[in-house]
Amino acid sequence: MTTVPASWYVVLGILLFTIGALGVLVRRNLIIVFMAIELMLNAVNLVFVAFARQQQAMDGQVMVFFVMTVAAAEAAVGLAIILAVFRNRETVNADEVNLLRW
Amino acid sequence: MTTLAFPDVAWLPLLPLMVIGATALLVLVADLFSEGPDYDALGWLGLIGLIVAAVCAALLWNQSGSTLAGTLVLDRYGLFFTILFAVGSGLTLLLSMNYLETTDIRSGDYYTLLLFSTVGMVLMATSVDLIVIFLGLEVMSIAAYALAGIWRTQVRSNEAALKYFILGAFASGFLLLGIALLFGASGETLLPRIGEVAATGTGEQRLLVTIGAALLLVGFGFKVAAAPFHSWAPDVYEGAPTAVTAFMAAGIKAAAFAAFVRVFVDSLGPLAGDWRGALWILAVLTMTVGNVSALVQRNIKRLLAYSSIAHAGYLLVGMVAGGENGNAAVLFYLAVYTFMTVGAFAVVIALGRRGQPHEDLDDWAGVGLRSPFLGFAMTVFMLSLAGVPPLAGFMGKFYLFSAALEAGYVWLTVIAVVNSLVSVYYYVGVLVKMYMAEGGVEAEATSARPYLFAALVATLAGTFLLGLFPTPWFEIARRSVESLI
Amino acid sequence: MFFLLSVPLVLFSLGVVLARSPVRSALSLVVALFLLAVMFFLLDARMIAALQVIVYAGAIMVLFLFVIMLLNLQHEPVETARPGQRTIAGAFAVVFALVLGAVALRGLPTMPGPGVEVAVTPSFGSVESLAERLFTRHALAFEVTSVLLLGAIVGAVVLARKIPR
Repeated sequence: MTTVPASWYVVLGILLFTIGALGVLVRRNLIIVFMAIELMLNAVNLVFVAFARQQQAMDGQVMVFFVMTVAAAEAAVGLAIILAVFRNRETVNADEVNLLRW
Repeated sequence: MTTLAFPDVAWLPLLPLMVIGATALLVLVADLFSEGPDYDALGWLGLIGLIVAAVCAALLWNQSGSTLAGTLVLDRYGLFFTILFAVGSGLTLLLSMNYLETTDIRSGDYYTLLLFSTVGMVLMATSVDLIVIFLGLEVMSIAAYALAGIWRTQVRSNEAALKYFILGAFASGFLLLGIALLFGASGETLLPRIGEVAATGTGEQRLLVTIGAALLLVGFGFKVAAAPFHSWAPDVYEGAPTAVTAFMAAGIKAAAFAAFVRVFVDSLGPLAGDWRGALWILAVLTMTVGNVSALVQRNIKRLLAYSSIAHAGYLLVGMVAGGENGNAAVLFYLAVYTFMTVGAFAVVIALGRRGQPHEDLDDWAGVGLRSPFLGFAMTVFMLSLAGVPPLAGFMGKFYLFSAALEAGYVWLTVIAVVNSLVSVYYYVGVLVKMYMAEGGVEAEATSARPYLFAALVATLAGTFLLGLFPTPWFEIARRSVESLI
Repeated sequence: MFFLLSVPLVLFSLGVVLARSPVRSALSLVVALFLLAVMFFLLDARMIAALQVIVYAGAIMVLFLFVIMLLNLQHEPVETARPGQRTIAGAFAVVFALVLGAVALRGLPTMPGPGVEVAVTPSFGSVESLAERLFTRHALAFEVTSVLLLGAIVGAVVLARKIPR
C-alpha cells in the first residue's frame, strides 16, 4: 500500500523526534514537557515500524510493543511525581520549581 | 493455527536475577503484614536476598552459557557486576534502616523499590540484547525516580524526583532512537549481530550504526552524568533522600557503566576509532567540570555530587584507554568507588538527626575531634576519593591512568592527574573543617545506630582491602572483561 | 497518501509543543497519535496500529487529560523562555538537522526507491506473527515488562497516595 520508500518514514520520524526534543528544551510547563517526551517516544516508534517494514523483520514491531509499555510505565510514575510536586507547591511551571532551572 | 516453540530455558544464568526479583516480591507482600513504623524486618529480608544472590553469582563464576534465545548470558562480566550491585544495594539497605528513622519516609515500599531497581541493574549487566538492556534501564530508573521522591513531605525531594524523571525520560528517548538506528542497520538488536554489521557492513549500514552510536553516547552520557549532560546530577543528589543519593552515586552509575562498556566494547568495538575521540573530549570535560565546580560547594551532598561527576570522568579515561587493562581498570574502579562513596554518604547520614540533616559544611566544624570514629571514617573516604596511597582510590586511579598511558594517551593522563591533584584541595577542605574549626554540631553516638555502624565498618574494610591488596581483585576484574573481547 | 498524512502530523506535533494551554497540547497529541496509527497501518503494522489507538490514545492520553483536569491548570502564567535556552535549543536543532540530512542522504539509499515495492508476506504485521516473535525471540524482554509494570505501579502508588499522618 505504501507508495513512498520506507526511508521517508524514517526521516519523518527523526523530524518528529527533533520537534519533541525541542519542546522539552524550550517549554516550561511540565505537563507539556512530558507530552513532548511522549512525542519523542512515538517518533521512535515510527522509525521502528518503518525499519521493520523495510527489513521484513517483525522484531521492529515487537520493539514498539515494548516502547508502549515503557511509555505507559513512565506516564504513571511521571504523573504521580507531578501530582506530588503540585500538592506541595501548587504549580506545574518549571520556573517556579526551584531545582528545575537547568 | 501455528504453535509457538518457546525457547529452551537454561535456569542457571537466570538464578541471581530471580533471587533478587523473588526477594523484591517477598518484601512487597511482607510489607502488607508488617506493622510499622519499624521496618527493620523488611530490610533484613532484602539484605538476605541480596547476599544469597551474590553467593549464587560467585558460585557460578566458572560457568558460562546463555538462555532465552541468547538474550541473557552467563559470563564473568555479568557476574562481576551482579556481585557488585548486590554489595552496593546491600550497603544502601544497611544505611537506610537507620536513615529512614530520621525521616518521614514511613513505607516498606522503599525496600521493594530498591530491590526492583537492583533487578533492572542486573539485567543491564547480563543481557546482550539492546531491547532488554533498555528495559532493564527503565526498570532501574523508574524505581529510582520513585525513590528520589519518596520523602513526600519534603519539597526538595519532590523536585529532585521531577528533575530526575524529566531528564531521565529525555535521555531514554535518545537511547531509544539510537537503538532504532542500530536496528535499522542490522535488522537485529543482539549485540554480537550489530558488532558484525559494524565490522563488515556496507557504507550505509556503518553510517547508520555510527549515528546510532552517537545517540547512545548521549543517552549513556546522561545516565552516568558526564559533562555536558551532567546538569541534573547536583540538584538531584542534593534533593533526594541521602540514602537514595548514595544508591544513585554507587549503584546506578555502576549499572550505567556496565551497559555502556558492554555495548561500546562488545558490539561497537569495530568503530572504536570513531567514538574514542568523542569519549576523550567527554572524559576531559567531565573531570574538569566536576572538579572545578566542587571547589566552591558549601553543601556536602552537592560536593559529593560534583565529585561523583569527576569520578565518572576518570572512569571514561579507562574506557578511552580500552583494551583488557583499560576495561578491567574501569571495573576495578567501580568496585572501589562503590565502597568509597557509599561510605562517605554513610558519614553524612551519621551526622544528620531527625529534622536536621546537617548537610552544610559549617555544621561539620570540629566533628572529627568530638566523634573520633566518624572523623576517622570520613578521613579515610576523603583521602581515598582524592587518591592518596595506600587507600583503594589510589590503586583504582593508578590502574586507570597507567592503562591510559600504556595506550598512548599521554595528554589525557596528564589532564587526569592534574584533575586528581585539584580534587585533593576540596576533599582535604572537608577534613580541615572537621578537625581545625570550632562550633559545629554534635553527632549522635554511632552505637545508637547499629546498622549505620555496620555499613561504615563494611565500607572502611572494603576501602582498605582493595587498597592494600589490590592485585587479586584486579585479576578478578581482568578475568571479567576477558569474556567481553 | 504519505504527504496527506505527514503534513498534518508535523503540524499537530508542532501544536503539541507550541500550544499555550496544556489541554490544547494534549488534544493535538491525541490527533498526532491517531495519524501515527494510520501510518502504522500503511506500513503493514496492523496490530501495532490497533495497540496505538487503544494504549496511547485510549489509556495514556486519558491519564494525561485526567491529571490536567485534576490540577485545573487554566491559570498558568505565560511562560518565558530564558535567552540562554533559545541558543541551546537552536544549536541542538542545527545538530539534529545535520543528523537528519546525513541519514536521509547517505544512510538510506539501501532502501527501495520510490515505486519499488517490497513484497511482504500476507501474515506480516498480523497478530500471529507478532506473537510468534514476542513469545520466542523476545520472551525475556516480555517477562521484563512485567517487572517494569509492577515497579511502576508500586512507584506510582507510593508517590500519589495520601500522606499518612
